[in-house]
Formats: sequence, C-alpha cells, structure tokens
Amino acid sequence: MATTTLFTLHLCRFGQSFSKKLFSTSPSSDTLLNPHHVTFHHKLRRPNSSSVPAFFRRFSAVAAASTSGEANYDGIGTADEKYDVIVVGGGHAGCEAALASARLGARTLLLTLNIDRIAWQPCNPAVGGPAKSQLVHEVDALGGEIGKIADRCYLQKRVLNVSRGPAVRALRAQTDKREYAMQMKSVVESTPNLSIREAMVTDILLGKNDNVEGVCTFFGMKFYAPSVVLTTGTFMSGKIWVGRTSMPAGRAGESASHGLTENLQRLGFETDRLKTGTPARVDIRTVDFSGLEPQHGDKEVSWFSFDPDVHIEREQMCCYLTRTTGRTHQIIRDNLHETPTYGGWVEAKGPRYCPSIEDKIVRFQDKESHQIFLEPEGRSVPELYVQGFSTGLPERLQLPLLRTLPGLENCSMLRPAYAVEYDYLPAHQCARSLMTKKIQGLFFSGQINGTTGYEEAAAQGIISGINAARYADGKQLIVLERESSYIGTLIDDLVTKDLREPYRMLTSRSEHRLLLRSDNADSRLTPLAHEIGLIDDRRWKLYQEKQARISEEKKRLRSVRISGGDLAAEVSRVSGQPVRDSSTLESLLKKPHMQYGILDEHGFGNIELSRIEKECVEIDIKYEGFILRQQSQLQQMVTQQHRQLPEDLDYHMITTLSIEAREKLSKVRPQTIGQASRVGGVSPADITALLIVLEANRRKAQEQSRYKIMNAMRAKALEEEVPEVSCTETVSS
Amino acid sequence: MLRASEKPNAVMAHLPALRVLLRHINCLIPPPRTSMPALCTIRATCHFLLLSPKPRKLHATATSKGPENHALLLNRDERVARNVTPSDVVEKGSTIAAIVTSLGGPPGAVGIVRLSGPSAVSVAGRVFRPAKRSKNNDWKPMSHVVEYGVVLDSEGNVIDEVLAVPMLAPKSYTREDVVEIQCHGSEVCLRRVLRTCLEAGATLAQPGEFTLRAFLNGRLDLSQAENVGRLITAKSVAAADAALAGIQACLTRIWFDLILQCNKISLRMQCIELLTEIEARLDFEDEMPPLDLNIIMDKIHSMSQDVESALEAENYDRLLQSGLQIAIVGRPNVGKSSLLNAWSKSERAIVTEIAGTTRDVIEASVSVNGIPITLLDTAGIRDTDDVVEKIGVERSEAVARGADLIIMTVSAVEGWTSEDTKLLERIQSAKSSTGSLIPVILAVNKIDCNPRAETDWDRGCQSHDIFSKRVFTCAVTGQGLQDLERAVLELVGLDAIPSGGRQWTVNQRQCEQLVRTKEALERLQSSIKEELPLDFWTIDLRDAALSLGQIIGEDISEEVLSNIFGKFCIGK
Repeated sequence: MATTTLFTLHLCRFGQSFSKKLFSTSPSSDTLLNPHHVTFHHKLRRPNSSSVPAFFRRFSAVAAASTSGEANYDGIGTADEKYDVIVVGGGHAGCEAALASARLGARTLLLTLNIDRIAWQPCNPAVGGPAKSQLVHEVDALGGEIGKIADRCYLQKRVLNVSRGPAVRALRAQTDKREYAMQMKSVVESTPNLSIREAMVTDILLGKNDNVEGVCTFFGMKFYAPSVVLTTGTFMSGKIWVGRTSMPAGRAGESASHGLTENLQRLGFETDRLKTGTPARVDIRTVDFSGLEPQHGDKEVSWFSFDPDVHIEREQMCCYLTRTTGRTHQIIRDNLHETPTYGGWVEAKGPRYCPSIEDKIVRFQDKESHQIFLEPEGRSVPELYVQGFSTGLPERLQLPLLRTLPGLENCSMLRPAYAVEYDYLPAHQCARSLMTKKIQGLFFSGQINGTTGYEEAAAQGIISGINAARYADGKQLIVLERESSYIGTLIDDLVTKDLREPYRMLTSRSEHRLLLRSDNADSRLTPLAHEIGLIDDRRWKLYQEKQARISEEKKRLRSVRISGGDLAAEVSRVSGQPVRDSSTLESLLKKPHMQYGILDEHGFGNIELSRIEKECVEIDIKYEGFILRQQSQLQQMVTQQHRQLPEDLDYHMITTLSIEAREKLSKVRPQTIGQASRVGGVSPADITALLIVLEANRRKAQEQSRYKIMNAMRAKALEEEVPEVSCTETVSS
Repeated sequence: MLRASEKPNAVMAHLPALRVLLRHINCLIPPPRTSMPALCTIRATCHFLLLSPKPRKLHATATSKGPENHALLLNRDERVARNVTPSDVVEKGSTIAAIVTSLGGPPGAVGIVRLSGPSAVSVAGRVFRPAKRSKNNDWKPMSHVVEYGVVLDSEGNVIDEVLAVPMLAPKSYTREDVVEIQCHGSEVCLRRVLRTCLEAGATLAQPGEFTLRAFLNGRLDLSQAENVGRLITAKSVAAADAALAGIQACLTRIWFDLILQCNKISLRMQCIELLTEIEARLDFEDEMPPLDLNIIMDKIHSMSQDVESALEAENYDRLLQSGLQIAIVGRPNVGKSSLLNAWSKSERAIVTEIAGTTRDVIEASVSVNGIPITLLDTAGIRDTDDVVEKIGVERSEAVARGADLIIMTVSAVEGWTSEDTKLLERIQSAKSSTGSLIPVILAVNKIDCNPRAETDWDRGCQSHDIFSKRVFTCAVTGQGLQDLERAVLELVGLDAIPSGGRQWTVNQRQCEQLVRTKEALERLQSSIKEELPLDFWTIDLRDAALSLGQIIGEDISEEVLSNIFGKFCIGK
C-alpha cells in the first residue's frame, strides 16, 4: 500500500515537470514554484513509514471498498484519480482555490467544463474598484494570484477616491481579458501538484460519516479526495435569457452543468436562484470617439500585488464616457413589456448595484440621462464593453438601442446583452471556513455562495483552497474574523445574513475600514500566509525588509527636528497653521494638507523608501489618532462579539427570543454573539435575551460544579479507603 | 491576532488528540506491523472512551491535552452526573427571601417578606399555617389566591398573623415561584418573619436580586429592570409615573422617537441619510454628483442641537430622581419661616415676631412641576453671643453651602441693609470654597407692607447682579410664590417643561449614549474643520448613528446600503 502511494507521487511529479517543460510560457513561472510542497511530501512520507495520518487510512479503506466490484487497474491509471483536494470549476474562485491548495502541497485536481475558459472574465473586463481592490490586495497578501495577473494584464489603471481618505482609496484596472485568461491558465498549468481535467461534475460521493469522498462526473468517472471545493459560478442549471428566449447555458456559448443541484438538494442542501446580466459588446472600429469624453489612466501606475516582481509598466489604453439620450429612454419605455423583469417571466433577483438600464429608467424617472462607460476588452480584440447598459430586451431591439448613444450612432454589435439565471446555495449552510456544515470536507466558493464579482470569488477561493488542503492534511481550519479583513467581512456577511441578491463587496459593509486599508493588507495577512506556508521565503524577506524600513522611517521622523527655514514656511503656508520652533518632522506631517512629498521636496525625505512605503509612513503618522481610537473601539467590541455560542444551543427552547429570532438562529446557527447579532431578524432585545441565557447557564454550571466539588469532598471523606485509579492505567487497559 | 481557528466538528476536533493518544499507546504497546492495527486501536480506544463506566476521570485527562477535545465527552459526562445528583435545588438555583417594604421610617400598617425560588412554596409551607387547615401537611396553594393564617417559628409559637400571597412560576415577578407574606408593618414583626423563613431554608437575597432574577429569567429587559429601580426610589408622583410608563410599555423606542424626532426625521435617520450621501460617493465615485458641503455642515449642526435638547430631558430626569435642595437664608426676622410655611402650605416652622426664633434647620417638601424640592429653613444669619443661636447660624451656612439653590430673603420694609451685604459676602465665600457657583435668588419678602418697594428696589440697591433672579413675595398672602417657582425652574433649566411633567424620560444608560452621540458629532465637526478627507467623516457619523442605534438598536450597514440603492441611481 505504501508503495502505491509513493508510486503515485512519482507519477504525479513526473507529469508535472513534463507539462512544465511543454507549456512553460510564462517567463516567471519558475518563481511561482513554492518550496513548501517539498516539505509537505516529507510530511506525507514520514507517516507512511510509521503511522499514516488518519485521512489517508480512512481514504484508502473506502476506495478499496467502492472499486471492488469493478475491474481493478490499481497502479496503472486509477491511482491518478485519488487526490487530496478536488476543485470543481476553473473560474476566479476555482483558480485561487486550486493554486492555494497545490501550493500548500496538497495533490490537487482542477475539474472544469472547458480548459480554454479558465479564469475567463465573462462580464466587465476590469479588476478592483472600491472595496474590491482591498479584496485583491488581501488575496495577494495571502499569496494569491489575482493581483499579480491583473498587474500583468492591465490596459488602464486608475486610483479612485484619491482625496477621500486612505481607507477608501481604491485601485481599478481595466484588463485585457484574453491575456488575463491565458496568463492565469499558464500559472495554473505550471504549478506543481496541480492537475487539470475537463469534466462535468454531477454528483458528490459521500463517506460513512457525512464526509465527502470525491466527485462523480457526467461520463461516469469517479475522482476521490477528502476535500472537494465547488465553484460552479453561473453554470449550475444555468439558463441565459435574451428577451423572451432562453436556453440552458452557463455563459453565452457554453453549456450549463446539470444534475448537481438535484444531487445537492438530495443531500439536504437548500438551493435558490439568482440572476445577473451582461451588456452588449460593440465593434470598437464602428464607434466615433471624437465627441466623447476620454478617461485616461493614471500617469503614475499603482499595483495590486505586494510582489515588486510583477510591477512592470505597460502602455495604457483609454476609456470613454457617453450618456443615454431621450431617444434611449423612449425605446425602453415603449418596450418594457419585452423585458424579463417587467414582462414578468423571470423572477430571480438581480443585483441592486448593477441594475439593468430599464431598471434605472423606471426607478429614476426624473433623471434625464445616465452615464455609460465604453471600455476596451483587450489590445488585440475589437470588442468594446458598454458598461451600465445591461438589458433584458430582445436582441432585435438591442442594436437600435445602442445606436441612440452618442458616438455609437453607426456601431455594429458583436455580442448581444443577455441575462443569466443560475442556482446558488445560500451560504448560511457554510461555516466561516467555507466548509459546509452538513458535509465534512465539502467547500463552496464564489457565485455558488451568492456573490458576484471576480474579486469576491477569488477571496473565497483562496480561503476554501487553504482550508481544503488543511482539512485533507488533518490540520485545523483557518477563519478570518470579520474585523481582520475585507475577506473576513465578506465571508461573515455570507454565512450570517440571509442574502437574496448577488452579494457585492462595498466599503460601507466594513465597519472598521480605517483599519482594513489596501496599504496594510500585507502587514495584516502576510504573516499568517507565511505561517501556513503560502508565502515563500523570498516574499517573506521582502515583506520583513519593507516593514523594517517603514518603522525605521517613522522613528527618524519622530526624532528629526527643524526650526524655521523653507520647510517650516511651506508647511505653515500649506496647512494654514504656524510651525513652532524645534518641531519634529512627524508633527509637521500631521498638519492638514501636509504630505510626505513636501518633505522630499525640501530634502527631508528618505530616498531609500519606495513610493508605497512613503505612503504607508504618511498614513500611519497622519491618521494615528483615528487609527488608535478605532483599534481600541474594535478591541472593546471584539471581547463582547467573540463570545462563543454553544454549538448545541436549542434556540427553540429559549422562549425569551422572538419567534423569528428562534427560527433564524436555528437555521444559521451562528458561532459567536457577534454573528448572531448580524443575523437578519434578530433584534438587540434577542441578543440581550441570548446573553441572559448564557449568563444563566454559566451560573447554573458554576453552582453545579460547586455542588459536585462539595459532594466529591463528602464522598471522599466517607470512603477514604477506596483507592484512586490513575487515568493512564484506565486508557491502556 | 484577529485570526482564529474553528472546530469543524467533533470528529475533526478529536483527530489531533487521538493521534497524540495513538503515539502515546505506540510507546506503551509493541509497534504494529502495518498501520491498520493502529487504526483499530484508535477505534477501540474511541469506543472505550465513550462507553467507559468512569467517564469523568477520562474527561479530566482529555481536557488536559487541549481545549478542542471538549465537546463530545463533556456532554456524555454530564448526563451521567445528573443521574447521581438528586438535589433539584442545585439544578434550579436557591430560594431567596427578603423584606421588600421599607424599613427605618415610621412603621407602616403592613409589611411584606418575599420568598422567591424553586422551593419558595415548601419554605413558606414550613413557616405558614393557613387558618383553614387541610389534613394534608403539605401546603398546596393556588396561585394568586390570598390565604389567611399565622407564621410559626421552629418551636411552633405563633409569631404573627399574616396573609400569604402565592404567585407560582412563571406568573410572578421573578418567573420563579414567589410567596409574599404580608405581616404587620413593624420592624420587629418583619425581621422575625424573615428569620423564620431563613431558618426554614431560604437564603437572604442580595440587594436587587429579585430584579436580577427577573432579568435573568427573561421577565424584564434591561431598561425595564432599570425602571423598576427607579420606581422604587422615585421621590415624586411624576417620577413614579415616568418609571411606571417605562415598565408597562417597553417604551424605549417610543421615547426616543419622541425625543429625537422633534417633528421631523429622527436623529438617527438623519445620521443615516448623511452616511448615505457620503458613502454612496465612496463606493460609486464616478457616478455621483459632487457633495454640497454646506448643506452637510448645516445638517450636522442642527443634529448637535437636537442631541442637546434630548440631553436636557436627561437633566429633568436626574432632578426627578434626586430632587432639589433649596436653602432659604437671610437676616433674622425677614420672614424665612413664613415663606417656607406659605410655600409648603403647612405650619412646619414656628413663626413669631421674635428675631431668632428658628434655631435649627427645618425641612419641608414641595413639588414643582413634578420635581421634588426640599426647602430648608435656616436660622437667621447674624453675629450673636447666644451659644445655641451661634450653632444655628453655623448650620445655616453649612446648609447654604450644600444646597442646589439659595433663596436669600430680605425684608421689603427694611430694604437692603449693610448686614445683608455682609451676609451676602459670607454666602459668597462659602460658594468660592466649594468651587462651584450655587445660583442665588433674591426674594424681597413682606412686599405687602411696602408695595412701593417693587418700583423703588432697583433704584435703591445696585450692584447685586450676583443674584440670578429677583422676586417679590409676600408670605402672608402667597403673592409671588408662583414667580419664585418659575425662577427656580428657570435656574435649573427646566422652564420649558409643562407643569404636568414630561411623559418620557431619559435614563442613565440612554443618557450615556446621547453623550456619546454628542461627542461623536463634536469630533465630526472638528474633522470637517481640519479638512480631513471625506472618509473620516463617516467614522464619527457611524459612531453617532451607532450610539443612537444602541438605544433603539439596529444594524446600520444594511440600512445605509438600501438607502444608497433606493436613493441614487448607481451601478454600471
């Protein structure tokens, strides 16, 4: 048995290096190799010789049982079907999950419907934006890929909210969508421990203890693994709509996946349906940009990734702004009955923040015009994304509608706008590790959890990937607390709130966003990632050096003092405040409108610091008071919010809770008081009632234990002569 | 660190522990040839753990190996333990007793000893013998049916003639079994009855423990529990009414709608609307028209004012609880005692024509707009050689120093005298010694004897602007007393309160939240002044909305979001 396992490892490694030689297109793919996989194999082999970890044994036993009826080709082909982690779906969630898992050393299989569509951007060709950019930075800080790929494939980059505070500053990149998919595909293909295969997964294989054992495909293949990550996107029973016409599809031109929903329902999962849409694409060569307002990228480019290796500047492309006209509104109003929502033949809810153009016009009737952005989809394709113009109107009306927009009078349409309906599983069925509460080893990520957006998908993907690998390895699962990150906030929202529309990350969802900035994503999350093995030594060294430089510089600014001179004059001019003699540079930086750049101009800056590092120093010093106050508030809150709720609490028995709270809490089964308070329909009075129950139980337990101790003492006094049996003896007997 | 691990399930949680255990066993027994026997050992051990006849000891070992192997074994363990534990008292908690009517004052006709807890009935049954005695020894009362009988001590002697009021769970104040024993009101009777109850197995209740139990058993919510405390300590009818209103209707939300609405949108809603305006621009930068900062500033300013006025209600509330102490001071024989008698409509103080009649401090209670006021009549302050009067004068000065408000009385007949000036200096020095300024009202008494004084007064004496108010009174006719009351109200800042008192009040916890709101708004204004970026405004606005939200309690993020989507056309 041990030899089989070893053989598999060899085979697997051989395959990997082979494929690397064949497909190594990316120049930096070598750097993506994570040294940690080596240590993992050590870990695996060592127990093989002495005592095998529990999951391996469990796994082998079941595999033998289930294949016993069939022809046994053990050691030739079937061995390949056993993995540590299987990721179903090759989108933004699936890629991050598979990469994280493989980089942690778990033998990972990525199953996708179409290998040519890995990391496809089916909607907006962009990454980042408010709140979403924080997610990208955080995924990168954890050692994920989305930030690097976006940095490599950008067409244009802009920092939004520049002057509105460091916490809401947000980077957005327009990306080349073909290049993006190719880059990600090559990274996935060249990652050791990671295999890819085209397959449509239709069922989950279960073990005896409500644990997952693998998946079954449409063509009857069975793949085994103790961890399975489902990232089905819009494909699960997907159905696309153009006007009144629909067809089963996950995306235009790609077939949907059928059967999985029913099988998940059979396992007791609750499913529901969501809807989203994408606007038409027009031929860039048929658009007249001369009268349109251009939107250029930033002159000084910012980066998602904390890894300076991907900071390579490239030529930027321009986006354009146009507006809807009275004619546009007229066409829509005349044809409302032709749209799925107003015609009433699609009931699934679409996202509020991504309303179709007909929604905007119906709901905001007094607005005469709406902004429409024209964004290129790549350097080598003629497609132009018409942002803000998604519609459910039939195709015959779409071109006339597009042609009402200034600049698009003579445009030709390449792809029609369409809406897509798909199955999702309300995420209260997952724990914060993204493992399902019902079935051990089964993880959900991305749109299957009801989110929308590549960044949200990637964020969940990396967490489920990490946890899938850790679960397979018998390690404790990782949970990011709500207050630790946007990723934590996202997941906490998903698992506690009863979401019935696609969930998009927004800055207003984060209560303590001043502490969760893009600039400190690395210092929040990289140590964790290093500890679990996702950040390699090179990145870790870079990180440590950066932190050292920042703290040195803060120390320097505190100690260097100036009296009078050009700098003082300029500072008092800029800030409108007097500068006292012998002021520290730190105190100057704290003044209104003062920036590090002014120190640089007068020769008081530190030339060894990068622009990003200077920004970190500036933020830390300038907003120190606010940051400290938020931190202490958070601390106070956390002690209350993180109070654990007993897992076996019977909410139906707590009569002081409102009926609604009893139902919701029984369904969501929150892990902490904080989570309970965020469950919809649970009022503060209910939380008070819960606290009372906890308090009453605590008192009861206390009194009981006191009684027990007294009883024990009494018993001891009575039966002095009875000898004590030592615990070790009891166990070994 | 903000990271934490979670327990996926019990089995998962046990794996590491079992592995540790396995390694442990491997050391003890010969190493197995293959791994399969090892697995069997785990299984076996596992079963053994669960079925072990002495699980408690095993559990002790398990916990010592880490907190994660807690759940499974502990539960099994507890069930076993419950079978051995016969006592229900421990399960359900103890039975407490206390005298619940006031002690120390003049004895009332009736006093009450209350028992609460699972064995309240059995304890009461041991001490109480109903007049209509049933053959069965056990007392089996009907809930909420009063029974007449006697209380016996342990030797069977009758202590008192009582009424027993059984209120069985859950229809009682604490939601436990409650028996109230109404005995005669003297302290001796009450204490003897209580003592027999304690001897019969009850424990003495801690202060507030009945209410705590009511709270713990979900009978009251926090603000209701607070209101009970207020009802008990209420000094005036208005205070009692306000507290009662709180208990009866869980009025927290209603109060705050009242206070914070001020005929427009509630304060919290205003915070949320401002947040909506700002946050929409942060999330959807390029789709929104620019913000009008002036309108925002105006809104914040008016919100601050609304908070101020809500805090005023708190002030009234504090006065309702504690009342006001008003010292009446002045030279001898200017009519201080007459004023007190006239105001309190009583003959509390002895009034004669002899200067120096009042030697000690005399108290009388009045109520002004529901605020309980204690009037303190003092000895006339003058230099004297009379030993008794001297002590009286010293007391007068001490009282003046401790009062919330001083009414300095002068005689309209004699006008302002040099002695008055001296006396004023003495009061003023007293004031400066305490550090805080006590407002002083000048009452020109005996105005009926010199009606012209009213017009002449201002010309006659100048430079007395240290008086916060001046009124003309006549203790004999009652003239000017209403002016005096009005002056008092104005000075404590409650002139706007209708004479019946307010229908709602702000309690201490709610007040704290209002203060936090106020502070947040102040910080917000300073952030704006310092031209901090827009995002920093949201921090304090959120704080303000959260502080207000804790009063009526709601999550704001979702609200802001639905507002954004409802109000603005955003989304590409």
